[in-house]
Amino acid sequence: MKFLSDKAIERLRGSSVPDLSGTRYVLRELIARGGMGVVYAAEDEKLHRRVALKVLDTAGSNAELTQRLIREARILAQLEHPGIVPVHDVGTLPDGQVFYTMKFVEGLRLDEYVKQLDSLPQRLRLFLRICDAVAFAHARSVLHRDLKPANVMVGSFGEVLVMDWGLAKILQEPAAAEETVVVSSQKKIYNEEETQATVVTGHGTVMGTPGYMSPEQERGETEQIDARSDIFSLGALLKFVAESSQEKKRQRLPRALQAICAKAAAKQPEQRYESVSEFAADVSRHLDGLPVSAYSENVFEKLARFYQRHQIAILLITAYLVTRFLVLYFFHR
Amino acid sequence: MGAPGESFPVTRLSVVAAARSNDAAERSLALEILFAAYWKPIYKYLRLKYAQAPQDAQDLTQGFFAELLKRGLLAKFDPAKSRLRTYLRLCADSFALNEIKAASRKKRGGDVTHVALDFSAAEEELRTQAIDPASIPSPESLEEFFEKEWIRSLFSSAVAELHRLCEARGKQKAFSLFEAYDLDGEQELSYADLATQHGLSAADVNNQMAWARREFRRIAMEQLHALCGSEEEFARESHALFGETPK
Repeated sequence: MKFLSDKAIERLRGSSVPDLSGTRYVLRELIARGGMGVVYAAEDEKLHRRVALKVLDTAGSNAELTQRLIREARILAQLEHPGIVPVHDVGTLPDGQVFYTMKFVEGLRLDEYVKQLDSLPQRLRLFLRICDAVAFAHARSVLHRDLKPANVMVGSFGEVLVMDWGLAKILQEPAAAEETVVVSSQKKIYNEEETQATVVTGHGTVMGTPGYMSPEQERGETEQIDARSDIFSLGALLKFVAESSQEKKRQRLPRALQAICAKAAAKQPEQRYESVSEFAADVSRHLDGLPVSAYSENVFEKLARFYQRHQIAILLITAYLVTRFLVLYFFHR
Repeated sequence: MGAPGESFPVTRLSVVAAARSNDAAERSLALEILFAAYWKPIYKYLRLKYAQAPQDAQDLTQGFFAELLKRGLLAKFDPAKSRLRTYLRLCADSFALNEIKAASRKKRGGDVTHVALDFSAAEEELRTQAIDPASIPSPESLEEFFEKEWIRSLFSSAVAELHRLCEARGKQKAFSLFEAYDLDGEQELSYADLATQHGLSAADVNNQMAWARREFRRIAMEQLHALCGSEEEFARESHALFGETPK
């Protein structure tokens, strides 16, 4: 039997993990394994910082998946927003595998974090920050297509980050007359990327997560997928966030909020909100005690909302009137 | 008993379950598996820990496995209390201490049927490793040494099995790539270097290496599974060895 050196043993123990020799990164530990890639914590030896390193999970060369990983990194590079995990670097390992590194987010996944928030307004404010990031991506013509609690992280300082853009799709950028030449060149890249995305996803390919995936995504109607598909996922996410609580007795959601969830997650895309901003505005209005576009209130509900919104003023006025009445009553007696 | 160390015997049960089986053939197979995986680590461990001469350490090793069979020690193993590896090391310690105290080398070797083991190879390995018994004084470092030798033994056996598999399937090229990159790799080689050296495309090297590594891992996991006392122990061991919990 062949004698194995200590170095050979170390290599064999790491035979299932990516070989980072020759790169500036040192592997630390496995963080997560998804459908396509594996994310490891790694140390950037040049900058002395911890990064998250994503590589494909598939052994051997797979040009299609490699293209998708590169595309994901490029999409992330385009989306510079505090609510979207930033990409640092893209490279190739000695075995030819492509990897990219991104910010190492220390915190909790949304489904774990949200359990700590007992107040509904707190949970809704958290949700609005997810909407900010998705709205920004939509403004850059990027659809996430896999929005779910597991793909949102809340950092140790409360920062909200939308992760895993592996299924993202780039739509054709809308023409904008005031855009500069630089933006125009980006548009060209987007168009090229769209062709690649079509090749990668193809018609009839179902991608996403059941429960959070829009009906058109479930049916594999790639051409029908637009911003409203992400709005469907956000609707499901809002319901999840709003209903998550540590309290054993689950409280019924306000009707207006239920209507917002239902409108966002409507089966027909044309019945959903037109944009994430419109959706977020409705959630904000609900938070501020204002009427929402998704729900027509009756008179009693209007009065109840009016009372809720101006509770202190109404109580003060009532107290004043009662006092005044009592004073007058006793004075004329 | 056959000649352990040449190939890793195959059992449908874990070694502990096989040792408790009513079937004598299963019990004998369990001991064969233990021999294949543990004789070298135990020999080296006893040789260094008790500063035994090669001949004495050989007798102790042979005697220990005979004792294991004679007293049915494997059947007494409780997976809930310790790992099989730790249990065997402690049994070997206890056996060696008794034997050394009795200083009855005749008795030790006298009634034991010796199995043909390549002790000279184990001695050569100790020389290659440049291990000085004086340099590992503490019990903790000896335990670490035993762990390391056990992994070496497991991997050596898995590599030998992979070699046989490659020969049988006509995948000698995959094994030589694996050997050059993962086993002999004293100098840093890239897949591109391997492709040039072997006259292959980078994609071919990538695919063959991926296959060889995957098969090596599968074989090593199978052997590890057979050597664990319980599924929980297997999950812990595979996590410690490869950083992953088995699916």
